[in-house]
Amino acid sequence: MIWLGIDTANAPLSVAIVKDGRVLAETVQNIKITHSVGAMPAVEELFAKANITPSQIDAVAVSEGPGSYTGVRIGVTIAKTLAWTLKKPLVGVSSLQALAANAKLFNGVICPLFDARRQHVYAAAYRGELLNEVIHDHHDHIDGLLETLQALNENVLFIGTDVEVFWERIKERLGDKAIRASYTLDLPRATELIALAEDRELPSIEAVHHFVPQYRRIAEAEANWIKEQKKVAE
Amino acid sequence: MSKYILAIETSCDETAASIIKDGTEIISNVVSSQIDSHKRFGGVVPEIASRHHVEQMTIVIEECLTQAGMEPADLAAVAVTEGPGLVGALLIGINAAKAFAFAHGLPLVPVHHIAGHIYANALVQPMEFPLLALVVSGGHTELVYMKEHGSFELIGETRDDAAGEAYDKVARVLNLPYPGGPHIDRLAYEAEEAVPFPRVWLEEDSYDFSFSGLKSAVINYKHNMDQRGEEIIPAHVAKGFQDSVVEVLTAKTVRAAREYGVKQVIAAGGVSANKGLRNALESAFIEEDIPFFVPPLKLCTDNAAMIGAAGFFMYEAGVRGDMKMNGKPGMELKTWIE
Repeated sequence: MIWLGIDTANAPLSVAIVKDGRVLAETVQNIKITHSVGAMPAVEELFAKANITPSQIDAVAVSEGPGSYTGVRIGVTIAKTLAWTLKKPLVGVSSLQALAANAKLFNGVICPLFDARRQHVYAAAYRGELLNEVIHDHHDHIDGLLETLQALNENVLFIGTDVEVFWERIKERLGDKAIRASYTLDLPRATELIALAEDRELPSIEAVHHFVPQYRRIAEAEANWIKEQKKVAE
Repeated sequence: MSKYILAIETSCDETAASIIKDGTEIISNVVSSQIDSHKRFGGVVPEIASRHHVEQMTIVIEECLTQAGMEPADLAAVAVTEGPGLVGALLIGINAAKAFAFAHGLPLVPVHHIAGHIYANALVQPMEFPLLALVVSGGHTELVYMKEHGSFELIGETRDDAAGEAYDKVARVLNLPYPGGPHIDRLAYEAEEAVPFPRVWLEEDSYDFSFSGLKSAVINYKHNMDQRGEEIIPAHVAKGFQDSVVEVLTAKTVRAAREYGVKQVIAAGGVSANKGLRNALESAFIEEDIPFFVPPLKLCTDNAAMIGAAGFFMYEAGVRGDMKMNGKPGMELKTWIE
């Protein structure tokens, strides 16, 4: 069974091909290049390296978000189009869980996070090798997240390139309970994404059309519109 | 042997795919519109548009192949709108096109949205050169001279608002539903009187346009009437506004057609669906004895068939995109022939 994995949900890019539980090739990079320019060339190069053709893959795994709206959509669009036109199943994996998988051997709570601007984050928390969910993927103010984590009264490993943005605040709040992952674990890897997808039941091929990104946040215009409607109702 | 191009267009709020035979014949043409979703905001919201595109994209391409009864192996190339447009929206079509092309080993052809609008005419009758195109839409008001296929010379453009943009803003002043263009057209058609509004001609020899002054004149008129406690008659305002837009567009197009000695004049873009504008251009060019064409309504608004038409001629000329292709929101219309 050959898997293609794609993660473009945030600034880093990762694509991988895994065959029967063995990694054939993986690209992991964090350079300033838009995913629209970087993603498909990386996919093309990976197939060439692994010496396989597109029709040889059996399933596609994609990072479904949260993250940059445009980034998430580029990966999902590529994955959906490949899966649909090659008639293969598509499995979505949380971008946060895929990142947490880098540190699954940590003994404590693993908290992957992405900067969502204006002191907000996309975050989740997991525990143990099976990445059991402690806090579901969500969008929150950094202080709200830290309060929830503090209440757990456990060691928390923070992971991701954006941890740096909030590290001072995190230390202030959680003190010695806060641990920062090595930078070598900060980039999501499409092989971990595939490994997580392998544990899921494969959806039907027909389900590909209805696959949608998990933004974990409604669009700003929609939020404002809802606010307006409430005002009118009052 | 005939060549079939799969075309994809997602530059604004329509998710569209089409299959075109030899640049001139529509085999299938699917458009999924988001208008209902944007109505409540009074205009297109880019983020909402992108969210819809990613939901609709594969469904629309599949519908397009199914209607055509074709397989990817029957295709010669994949054409896609590269720009201009909303960048987040463009990126959905572009990445879908790249993934599809990669999956089936097909060449990619990057198409300019306005070239597409112009080439919508190739789907109706053969284009004859030299040719003059009036492109009028929500984002564009341009006079383009073409001496042959793939050659574009911009001889005039708006210096501020696009004609369609002015229509939308005036419609808002008149409390008409979004999109306002068709409502103004209908009101103007039914009206017997017109509020006099200025015509903006700019310099004597200029083919450029300006509609923001006209838009302000309409707003001021409404404001003054409100202050005097008088009711405006929307139909009279609509007719006054439309008469001004149509007169300027028509007069400049006629003057350019004469000066450049063109064999054919075409109108393209969403606003070319406007009845008042069509009628004025048609009668003017009967008078001038120059053949004038405007595509049917469904080819005036955004669609992928037009991208497939332009894409075919670009494909034949050897134009190719690659996997690095990016969206170009402010892309300029450029000649593609050597």
